[in-house]
Amino acid sequence: MKIHIPTPLRQYVDKQSTVTVEAATVGQALDELTATHPELKKQLYSEEGKLRAFVNVYLNDEDIRYLAGKEDTPVKESDSLSIIPSIAGGLVGKRI
Amino acid sequence: MLKLSDLAYEQVRRHGEETYPHECCGVLLGLSKNGANEVQAVVRAGNTRTDSAHNRYNIAPQELIRIQRQAREQGLDIVGFYHSHPDHPARWSPTDFAEAHWLGCSYVITAIEQGTAKKTNSFLLNGTGEEDKSFEDEPIEIGSSALAGH
Repeated sequence: MKIHIPTPLRQYVDKQSTVTVEAATVGQALDELTATHPELKKQLYSEEGKLRAFVNVYLNDEDIRYLAGKEDTPVKESDSLSIIPSIAGGLVGKRI
Repeated sequence: MLKLSDLAYEQVRRHGEETYPHECCGVLLGLSKNGANEVQAVVRAGNTRTDSAHNRYNIAPQELIRIQRQAREQGLDIVGFYHSHPDHPARWSPTDFAEAHWLGCSYVITAIEQGTAKKTNSFLLNGTGEEDKSFEDEPIEIGSSALAGH
């Protein structure tokens, strides 16, 4: 299956925009990706091994956090995973 | 360096005027070339922070997925984002910094005073990760020589 890598994380995957992995579940796909590209793992996961709060991973159009099977959700070769860091901000606590 | 066409620059500023007194937000699609982010399309996004839209913005991940797919189909990348600061200067806030995660991307902020776009600034998010990231003032090159937005 394909994993789409956003621009800021491509430096950790040899500048590729898409990485192809062979996996049966969402978790396996992410494991293979980060095993092949260990520097990426630090960007995606906290030291406790949890996906960082600002990192969103989507299986096609579904947030994996809300999938019934979470990371054990089975995947097909035609599926794609997208990694999307969040976009937010605002004036609360504005700079002096 | 952020390169914008006249049209793209106006699109960014106009959006902030239209959503005043709320914050607008959107995505800049283009290519990173020779250390510059060259914008080729401006995509408006909805602000999901309807609870606090005058001083917060958030783009829904589902919308980002759609925009990233659109970019891919056009052979473009996400190279930056923009939002407005209603009645506040065009400088990043601690919240903007804490919630900025797209290293190498341009974060454009337009000050909107009483509904009129004033200063527009761009800040490049530098660093290799959350631990060492920083915002750097980034010059904006505006002109018809830049590729046209659409």
